[in-house]
This record gives sequence, C-alpha cells and structure tokens, in this order.
Amino acid sequence: MEQLRTIGRELAMGSQGGWGQSKEFLDLVKSIGEARSKAEEDRIIARELEHLKRRLADPDVPRRKMKELLLRLVYAEMLGHDASFGHIHAVKMTHDESLPLKRTGYLAVALFLDERHDLVILVVNTIQKDLRSDNYLVVCAALSAACRLIGEEAIPAVLPQVVELLAHPKEAVRKKAVMALHRFYQRSPSSVSHLVSNFRKRLCDNDPGVMGATLCPLYDLILEEPNSYKDLVVSFVNILKQVAERRLPTSYDYHQMPAPFIQIKLLKILAVLGSGDKQASGHMYTVLGDIFRKGDTASNIGNAILYECICCISSIFPNPKMLEAAAETTSKFLKSDSHNLKYMGIDALGRLIKINPDIAEEHQLAVIDCLEDPDDTLKRKTFELLYKMTKSTNVEVIVDRMIEYMINITDHHYKTEIASRCVELAEQFAPSNQWFIQTMNKVFEHAGDLVNIRVAHNLMRLIAEGFGEEDEGADSQLRSSAVDSYLRIVGEPKLPSSFLQIICWVLGEYGTADGKYSAPYIIGKLCDVAEAHLTDDTVKIFAFEIALGRKIDMLPECQTLVDELSASHSTDLQQRAYELQALLGLDKHAVESVMPTDASCEDIEVDRNLSFLNSYVQQALENGAAPYIPESERSGVISVGSYRSQEQQEASAHTLRFEAYEMPKPSLALATSQASMSTPPADLVPIPEPGYYKEDHQISRSQPSGDAVSGEFGVKLRLDGVQKKWGKPTYSSSTPSSSASSQQATNGGSHSDGGGSTSSQVRESSYGSKRQQGTEISAEKQRLAASLFGSAPAKADRKAQASRKTAKESPSTEKATASSSAPQPVKEQVTPAAPPPDLLDLGDEPVSSSPPSADPFSQLEGLLGPASSTPVVSGTPATSSSKAPDLMSIFSDDVPTGATSGSTDPTLGDVNLMSSLKGATGVAAKKGPSLQDALQKDATARQVGVTPTGNNPNLFKDLLG
Amino acid sequence: LSVSCWKKRIPCSNITFLRCCQIHFVLLISRQGKVRLTKWYTPYPQKQRSKVIKEISSLVLSRGPKLCNFVDWQGYRVVYKRYASLYFCMCIDPADNELETLQIIHHYVEILDRYFGNVCELDLIFNFHKAYFILDEILIAGELHESNKKAVLRLVTTQYNEKDKPACTFMCSCEMHYWVALRIGVMIYHDVVE
Repeated sequence: MEQLRTIGRELAMGSQGGWGQSKEFLDLVKSIGEARSKAEEDRIIARELEHLKRRLADPDVPRRKMKELLLRLVYAEMLGHDASFGHIHAVKMTHDESLPLKRTGYLAVALFLDERHDLVILVVNTIQKDLRSDNYLVVCAALSAACRLIGEEAIPAVLPQVVELLAHPKEAVRKKAVMALHRFYQRSPSSVSHLVSNFRKRLCDNDPGVMGATLCPLYDLILEEPNSYKDLVVSFVNILKQVAERRLPTSYDYHQMPAPFIQIKLLKILAVLGSGDKQASGHMYTVLGDIFRKGDTASNIGNAILYECICCISSIFPNPKMLEAAAETTSKFLKSDSHNLKYMGIDALGRLIKINPDIAEEHQLAVIDCLEDPDDTLKRKTFELLYKMTKSTNVEVIVDRMIEYMINITDHHYKTEIASRCVELAEQFAPSNQWFIQTMNKVFEHAGDLVNIRVAHNLMRLIAEGFGEEDEGADSQLRSSAVDSYLRIVGEPKLPSSFLQIICWVLGEYGTADGKYSAPYIIGKLCDVAEAHLTDDTVKIFAFEIALGRKIDMLPECQTLVDELSASHSTDLQQRAYELQALLGLDKHAVESVMPTDASCEDIEVDRNLSFLNSYVQQALENGAAPYIPESERSGVISVGSYRSQEQQEASAHTLRFEAYEMPKPSLALATSQASMSTPPADLVPIPEPGYYKEDHQISRSQPSGDAVSGEFGVKLRLDGVQKKWGKPTYSSSTPSSSASSQQATNGGSHSDGGGSTSSQVRESSYGSKRQQGTEISAEKQRLAASLFGSAPAKADRKAQASRKTAKESPSTEKATASSSAPQPVKEQVTPAAPPPDLLDLGDEPVSSSPPSADPFSQLEGLLGPASSTPVVSGTPATSSSKAPDLMSIFSDDVPTGATSGSTDPTLGDVNLMSSLKGATGVAAKKGPSLQDALQKDATARQVGVTPTGNNPNLFKDLLG
Repeated sequence: LSVSCWKKRIPCSNITFLRCCQIHFVLLISRQGKVRLTKWYTPYPQKQRSKVIKEISSLVLSRGPKLCNFVDWQGYRVVYKRYASLYFCMCIDPADNELETLQIIHHYVEILDRYFGNVCELDLIFNFHKAYFILDEILIAGELHESNKKAVLRLVTTQYNEKDKPACTFMCSCEMHYWVALRIGVMIYHDVVE
C-alpha cells in the first residue's frame, strides 16, 4: 500500500510534462484504484464531482485546465456517476480552436450525449462548421462525432457536406464519410436512399481501407434487398479473390492473413447474395474453394475466416464439393481442444445439418462431449444444435435433456427461451399425448410463469379435444391419466399460477369423468387449492368456478367458501360468487344446460338471426311498436351512430383520440326515455338459455334509472360517454351501458383465461338476444344497445380471432390427427397384435411419468462401448429375447409398458418385437410432421427389426442421423 | 431465428434499428471488477449502463480460464478476452462471428500496445482518453472500419504533438512496481505464438 502510494507520487511528478495531467487528476485515479469498497469509491467520486462543479463554474479557468477537468468528468461518468452538470462544458469545448481541445470536447460529447439529448442541437452547428474545415483532422473528429450524435432530424443539416467529403483527398476522411452515411442510413433510410449509388462508387476506391469501410453499408443494403445488388456478385468475388491472393498492401495483413476482416465482410455479403440463387452461387465456388485450401487452422483469425466460409456455403446454393470441404473443417473445429473452436464447430454443424442432416452422424461423440461439458456457453450452444436436429425419433431424449438442464438454471432469460423451445418441440414432435402431457407438466412445474399463456390454452385444448374423433376411449384414458397426475401434483406447495389454472380446470371438467374419484373428493381438493392460494385471484376464481360448476349438490365447506368469497374484496370474485349462488338456486335442468359436461370445445351455436324471437317481434309490431330500422338507414339518428363509434373506440383501444369531440346535441333520448321506462317488462321474455337470468334482471332493473340519467345528461352534456372514460372497464360507472360492458369485459377476460369456459359464451348469446329485443323496441333502447354492444361485435370478433389463433397454434396437433388417420389402418392390418399406439402407455400404470430408464441419454452414452449395451437390453423384457435393435431402446419407455399391458406377448419373439416396434413407430409417427416421414420411419423400423445390427447398436443414428 | 429474437430486445424500445450495429458496446474491466473504459454504440441510459456493467462483470469474471471466450447475456453474446489483469469485452448479436470479434479485440490491444509501447493497465488508467481515441479510429458506430494498424497509428499520432505522447520509457523503468509487471503486451505475444 505504502509502496503504491509512493509510486503514484513518483508517477505524478514524473508525468508533469509527460502526460499533461495534474497531480490532482493522478491522485484521483490513484485513490480510486486504492479504494477498497464500492462505497469508498462512491464517496471519492462524489467529492470529486462537487469539486468539479465548483471549478467548471469558475469563468477564469484556463482552457488547458478545462480539458483536464472535462476528462475527470468523463472519468466520473465512466464509473457510473451522474455528471450531467458538465455536459454543457463539453459542448462548449467543441467550439475551441485548438485541435487537442476540440477533440477532447468531441470525445466528451460523444460519451456524454446521444442523439436524443437536448444539447445535441448545439453540437450540430459546430459539426457543420468543422466539416468545412481545411484541417482534415478536424473534419475527422467532426465526422466521428456526427456518427454518434446526428439523429434523424439533424441528418439533412449535415448530409450535403458529408456527401461532398466522399471525394476528399484524404482517405481517412473518405472512410469516415462513408461510415457516417452508413449511420445515417441506419437512422433514417429514406433520407439517404438517393445516395446509395455513392456506396457503389466508393467500392472502387483506390484505398483498400475505404473499400473495406464501404462494405459495411453495402452489407446492410444488401440484407435489405439482395436482388438489386446481384450485379455486384462478380465484383465482390473478384475483390475477395484479390484479397485472398495477397494483392493488398501488407499493412492490411493481420497475423500473416491478408486483410482478414475484409475477407469476412465479403463472405458475409456473398452469403446473402448467393442465398437461393444458383447462378450467383456458381461464381463463388472457386474462390471459396481457394479460401478453404489456403485456410489456416492454426491461428484464430484463420479459423474465423473458415467459419465465415462455412456460413457462406451453408447459405448459398449447395454444392457437394463445397459442403464436403465445409464438413471437413467443421470436424476439425469439433476435434480441437480449444473450447472456442468447439463452439464454432457446433454452430457450423447446426448450419450444415440444415442442408445435409447426415453430416452430424460422424460427430455424435463430439456433440455429446460438448453437451456434457462444464462450460455453460458450450452447453447452450449444443442445446441449440439439438433443437435444430430434433425429429420425432429423438424428441423424447432431447426434450428430457432440455428440461433437466432447465430445472437447474437461474437465468430467467435463458430459462424462458429453453422452456419455449421445449414446448415447441413437444408440440411438434410428441410421440404420444401421454408423453406430451407429462412433458408439459414438467415444463409448467419448473418454468410455469415464464411460459406463454397460449401454451397453457393449447394444453387444455388438447386434453379437452383429445386427439382424434374416432378413439374416444383413448381420449378419456388420456384425461383420466391427466387427472391422476394433476391430483398428485396439486398438493405441492409452490406451483406457478398458470399451471394451477390448468390443473383446476382439468380437475373440474374431467375429475369425475371416469368415475374413479368421487365428486366430493375432487371438490374438496379444489377448495383446498382455493384456500391455499388466497392471494392469487385468478387461481381462486378458476378453482372456485369450476368446483362449483361441476356439481349441484353443495358441500358444506364449499358453501362456506362461496359465502366467504361473496364478501371478497375482489369485485370479479364477488360477482362470480353471486352468480354461482344464483345459478345454484336454479333447477337441475337449467344448470345442466348452462354447464354441459365435456362440451368445452363444442361451438356454441349462436342464432344470429334470432329467429326464435320472430313471434315476439310480430306481436310487438301488432301492438304498435316501431319497426326496426337498420342502423345504416337511420339518417336521422346521427347521435346514435357517433355515440356508438365513440364507445367502440373507447372499448377497443384506450389510445389518444385525435378528432375533436362533437358538439353535444340534445338527442332524442329525452323524448324516448319515457317510452323506455314503460317497456322494461319486455326483458322478461323467455330466452332459450336460462343461464344468467340474474344478470338480465340486474340490467332490466337498472335500465330505467340509467336511461333517466342519460336522458338528463343528454340535454346538457353527454356525460355518460365521458364518465366511461374515467371508469376503467372493470369498475362500473353510473350508466347501465358501462356497467354492462364491464361485465362484458370481465367475461371476456375470464374467457380468454379459461379457454374453454362455456358460460361466458352462453352469457354472450343471451346478450345477443337481448340486443335484438332492445333494438326493436325503442330508439332509446337502440341507443342503449349501441352503447352496450358497440364494443360487443368487436369483442366477439377478437374472440373469434383468438380462437382461430389457437387453432392455428396447434397445427401440429391437427396435422398429426390428419396424418395419423391415414397410416394407422394399414399398420393395424399388418400387426393385429399391436395395441393402438396411444394405449401403449396407458396400460397398467398410466401414471408412470418417468420412463423405466431414468436417463435415456446416459444410456446412450453407455451404449457407445459395445460391451455396455447389454444392461439396457436386459432392462426391456420384450427385447431380451432377441438381439437389441437400436431403435428398440429409444422406445424403451413405450415398449415395456406396452408389453406388460398384456396386449403383446413378450414370448412371441421376433414377430412380436417387430409389431411392438411398429407400434412404437406408429406412436412416433403419429405426431410427426408428415405422412411421408412416418412411412419412411416405418420402413426403417421394419428394416431394423428384421436385421438387428448385433452388438454395435448405433443409437446415435436415432439421435443424430 | 436468432436475429428476430434480439431485435425484440433492443434496450431502448423507442428507437428502432434496421440492423443494429455489429458491436453494441465495449467494456474494459479489471480483474477486481473496476471499469477501465466503456463505449456504447447502442444508446443505453445511464442507469441501465451500471446494471449492464455489473451483470457482465459478474458473468465474465466468474468464468474459468479454459472455457470459451463467449458468454450468452440477455439474448446477446459477450465476447471477452483477458489480457493480464484486464478483461476486454464486446457485446455482439448472437448471429455474428464470435471469432472475428475476438480478433477485433486483439487488433485493438495490439494497436494499444504499439502506441503505448508495451502497454499495461496503468497506461490505460491514466490515458483512458487516448484509449478512447484509438478505439474511435478502429470502430465507428459499432463497425470495424479500419483494419490497417499503421493507418490507425499514423492518424492517432499525428493528432498529438510529441509533447502529448506518453512517457512510456518512464513506465518501463518502473520494473519494481507490481502493476507494471502485469503487462498486457506479454499476453499479446503469447497469443501470437498460440
């Protein structure tokens, strides 16, 4: 310590002339260097900032001293402290005549400010002036600052000068001008688009540095629209060739490589230009081959070029010879000891297998090594590779691995990513629904709050719909296994809320479906959940709604729960409690029709024409009611239309409205309010769906008063619309319109939460019928309806969209059902002994969430040595009779259960083995991407079944091949 | 895929980039986690900067010596290299060429070494502004725009008259000082031999 201090002093003294910095500054740096804690450092800096503030405000500070003060300011800001008081001094310093001071000013400004800062306006002027300077160093400094500070609005101010500088005699200036233009292009492409030809011109610059710099903007432009630059392919190839042949000055060499950074940039550009273009790619093969030949795998930079070459080759039109060279280099990377190269090798492999999946085969070992590596980065990269090569045959292994890894990481960002990848793979390739549900359980359990809510809806949908129309038995077994697994999980203390929602929903819907568990048991469980998660409103609502929706006979504890919740602070919860109480007061028939069993996915038929009301309408007309006029023909009632559109806007998006408010008009509300007062009984018309008649009541009760209110306001100010603006959709304002729409909103919310909750749809349809009545009865009602449902159609649309979206999101499921229906009969013909694939897992122990072998992957590794293959074989009863064909153990979790389920007899030997294999592949193919794939896999399975590959099982073929 | 995923996570959401620059920021951190130099090519507000520095230094400093020089961070990739007691870090997009970035770091260090003459951490601490100037001559707006060492050095030296040049001879004579022993230059020649 002492020594350090003396040295520091020594340095300070020695450098008085050398660095041009004062002792003060050196002391500052030194004391910070010596600071033992962050707090101490903060104290020092705070003191320093105080000091600087005083000094900077002093008008008599010499300019040279000023420079140093500024640097100290930069230093303080670099350490994370706020030095904004000095920013203006930095701006001032850019005005200075002396170059070092000016440069320091620009440096400080570029570090302090960015383009959005207010002070930039002051700098723009200086930059403009400096760009015209005779001293090229000043111009350089100004251009550097311009790259950092000129935002979109300021571009026109400096653009002409920058363009002029493209022809500057000094190459350093030309280069910077190109970079500045590039930056402007990135900021605002439209303002520079007419100057694009300049970049082409600069490509032929005499100075290689300028040419190299020009590649940056060109790369951007080409990424944007490759087709308009196809003519440059030949020039790029020529340049690359010249660079590779060492035609550039040796000063561009880097570790004996000729201009490697330019080469890499060129390769990037060629990769874009050659992508999917056979002709353009044709020009490139020769030079790429040259680079590969000359490739230097001993130095880092050589490897960087080779890697870029591989990227280029995997992007352009494939050429077998090039691919071979690329594969060879990749294998060199993978075999290297350096982690960096392994990493690049894994990445390169990921690119190459897109073109030729067979390449991965020979690197199986290296890939497994990387997966096991303690280096996290390498591991993640390998998971990325595995993700790219997942197929229906290896999905189980890979996803299991991913989940295992996912459980142990804390990095939220990556956890989200890997969870969504697991879900994606599981949705795409799941060999069986059973497996899918178990996988999803695991994902939700460990990363539930990070997974997109859509995934949860998809899962519920899958459970509800099952996976084919024809095998109801399999579906119900699937459900009961889901119920079983959820019942086991539900007691666990910490479950993510989205997962709990799924559990509650499934238990509520299907808990009693197979008669295994009694309703009270399920309800008890659900009540436990509701009580355990008192803070979590959504979960509570879910558990609660479903628990009660299921059974009509109330349990005492349930009753207490409902009572408790009807006094809840959450309005939503309270409302639901009341709704349910009202519902339970109805007769049994009504409850059943409102909450049908297992109908969550059946479409609710909404009679859009409301034909059942015809007789009623007729009657009303006969009684003298005004006939219904469609809104479009109602020219006289502008206020209704505008009111409605206003409402719509309000409901659909809470955005700024740019059009002015209309003048308040005395609407015909007042005139008709009287009429509407007399018509409330009209609401009590019987509606086919008896559900939510309590709500109808509520509305009909509140209507007259609400109308009166709005009528009153209609004369002076239309406050009802305004009021709505303040009241959030969940809290009702005084008008009936908003209260109703608030219910609408919460219903919509619950719907999107629950995915399949039927009640809201029922409710909606009842609203629909109400609307019809309303519109026909009076203009006032029309208006009310308009305000009520102004948002409703939009909402319904959105809902429809959402449902369509979910349908789209599960294309794999649908596709799977489509493809599974075709190959299945054939398979069943061939192997009558094999059970339907889905039943394989559902035999004796449908709850077995983990396959018999704890870690299939480690088994795979074990299988590498031929001797160790036996334990796996003995583990599976079906295979023990014959030599283990490799495919067998991949499906080892399917086969044994299938065998023990009794449908396949293990003693049948080869034939049976084959059949079970087929069953297994059937399972695998069922979710597979295409029919063709499935057939192919079937063929390979057969082949393997007939000719076992002896004691050298190439398991990795399944994983990697 | 990777390109789309980082585009969503641009730190300042009110600015949209066509394609973000190659390098988002450069950090120099000492082994004790002290910041020696920061340069931001993507705009980060001051508050976020401290957070980023903290996260990255804890990520990078905790890594073992034999592991690879790349780390995933918030959907970006941080390429780092240790020279003596200093870590040079650059943040890039995951789709970029990591090895190339590693060489850009090395390129920068080599130029620093030539300029300061056997550069050590102390040089950078006391002359951080010069380190900034040199960086500006190599990287503009996050893109490498000059790979010619001589051209960079020529430009940097012409901007400073002789008086401003560092007294490297003095530095070299301080053999007894432990900071001086941690010469970055020593590492450079190791790397070349590698």
